[in-house]
Amino acid sequence: MIQGDSRVASLDAVEELKRQDPSGIEPLTVSGARKMILNMGPQHPSTHGVLRVLLELDGETILNARPEIGFLHTGIEKQCEALRYQQVVPLTDRVDYLANLSNNLCYALAVERLLGLEIPEFAQWMRVMLCEITRINSHLVWLGTHALDIGAMSVYFYCFREREEILKLFEMFSGQRMMTSYIRPGGLALEPPRGWHKAATALLGRLARGVDEYYALLAHNPIWVNRTKNVGGMPLEDMLDLGVTGPLLRAAGLAMDARKECPYSSYEKFDFEVPTRTENDVYARFEVRVEEMRQSIRIVQQALDGMPAGGAWRAEAPGILLPDREKMKTQMESLIYHFKIVTEGYRVPEGSVYQVIESPRGELGYYVVSDGTSFPHRIFMRTPSFGNLQALGEMLEGVLLADSIAAMGSMDFVLGDVDR
Amino acid sequence: MLPESVADNAVAIALNERLPGAIEDVRINVDGPVFVIARPQIISVCRHLKDERGFNRLSGISGVDWWPRTPRFEVVYLLHSTAHKQRVRLIVRVDENEAIESVTSVWRGANWYEREVFDLFGVPFSNHPSLDRIMMPVDWEGHPLRKDYPVHGYRYSYQEE
Repeated sequence: MIQGDSRVASLDAVEELKRQDPSGIEPLTVSGARKMILNMGPQHPSTHGVLRVLLELDGETILNARPEIGFLHTGIEKQCEALRYQQVVPLTDRVDYLANLSNNLCYALAVERLLGLEIPEFAQWMRVMLCEITRINSHLVWLGTHALDIGAMSVYFYCFREREEILKLFEMFSGQRMMTSYIRPGGLALEPPRGWHKAATALLGRLARGVDEYYALLAHNPIWVNRTKNVGGMPLEDMLDLGVTGPLLRAAGLAMDARKECPYSSYEKFDFEVPTRTENDVYARFEVRVEEMRQSIRIVQQALDGMPAGGAWRAEAPGILLPDREKMKTQMESLIYHFKIVTEGYRVPEGSVYQVIESPRGELGYYVVSDGTSFPHRIFMRTPSFGNLQALGEMLEGVLLADSIAAMGSMDFVLGDVDR
Repeated sequence: MLPESVADNAVAIALNERLPGAIEDVRINVDGPVFVIARPQIISVCRHLKDERGFNRLSGISGVDWWPRTPRFEVVYLLHSTAHKQRVRLIVRVDENEAIESVTSVWRGANWYEREVFDLFGVPFSNHPSLDRIMMPVDWEGHPLRKDYPVHGYRYSYQEE
């Protein structure tokens, strides 16, 4: 625990401080320097959002680190309870704003399980494809900003150049670049646009070239290697104990992946591997994420090749999904359904469900409790960043201050995901 | 006695054998059974599940407010076994002003989740290393995820402006 007031002391002033200091805190004997409290954030650029970390330093070594969160708490879970099931979808985008489609998917799957809805195969494959592109998108942002933190500036430009193309594809599908809300309970929000296959194929070729390029840019760069190898390690048991998931665990050697463990949205039909490393340092996490991008490209390629032709893009569920515009104007039932869904929503059978998916950051789970009305009684978002960040304190113990930036960057947390 | 619906569930059988009376109730959900655990026994149940049934991960802890029902709150434990690829959900019912034993001694990762439940629902956890607010500011009054807490909060009243 961090106690006492903070003060800066130069090494040669220790004796003098000892005489003058009324607090009576003994100076450390190790290096002769006094303990110092450094307040990192909430506006520090390398915290990627508003995270505050209290660091207790001995010279440049971190003795103790305490993350303080909650600066971005917007009460999303509370707001969900005041909205109908179909109105919750746009809020899920805003939880993890770098992996919005994964959040959409997790919520949609949870509600569909409560409703007992069967989703057409085409929609399922489409979801898989979009979620994997989201994973690449998220990893690209991570790679760019992580490299920028460590000092490699140009990687950032390249990553964001490719990300721009991904966002254009999302815009093509949903009309939105980031807050897509494209995956909804029952299927997709809109029919996939004309020419999506061509656009996705072009994007995929570009990404496949890009990923190899970034890997080559960094993997053999001596500065990058020196700053990331043997940094930020932590025993696997401690990670599991503290609730760490995702690429961090896989870089420590445990191939835990919800896509393999409890396949959802027909992931079992895709052939891919779960990359692991055993080095358990920042460099291994970099390698795991780059390899994950390659695997995602593989999955998207399979989805493009084998997409079930001519399938429906949403389920046949008249009371739950809005009817077609055309039908609404010609058929009485459709008009009634439209009116009922818009005014009172659809009722979800009583019960609860915990749906887990593999988001780019790790285990993403939505715990949805229904009391039989059209409003969710409770939605708990088990976000991967929250669990991962909990391990930050222990990970930073004994690490040099400069390395803490690399270690923090390798966790890839999104503060919206932490604070909700 | 175990209900018939979980008579072949290995976790339920082992729990019932080792800690008779710990399972108060079983609810069948779309994703499997959920065990309602007697409040005083949550720590021994968790320890048993971790040490002997391989539930080495705690995915999360959360709360549900059933106001005005009593007992008012349900605290939900989401457990996961990486070795057996299995998930289990435990529920502890707790009323206002009642405390639950903290499971931080079983999984250290429970720390922040329990703080969150304490902060947003006001359910206290005994023997927790530092039970402070985590999401809301330290001087915040009230617990926002309670059902009797208005969605827009108490602080701003637009009518008075």
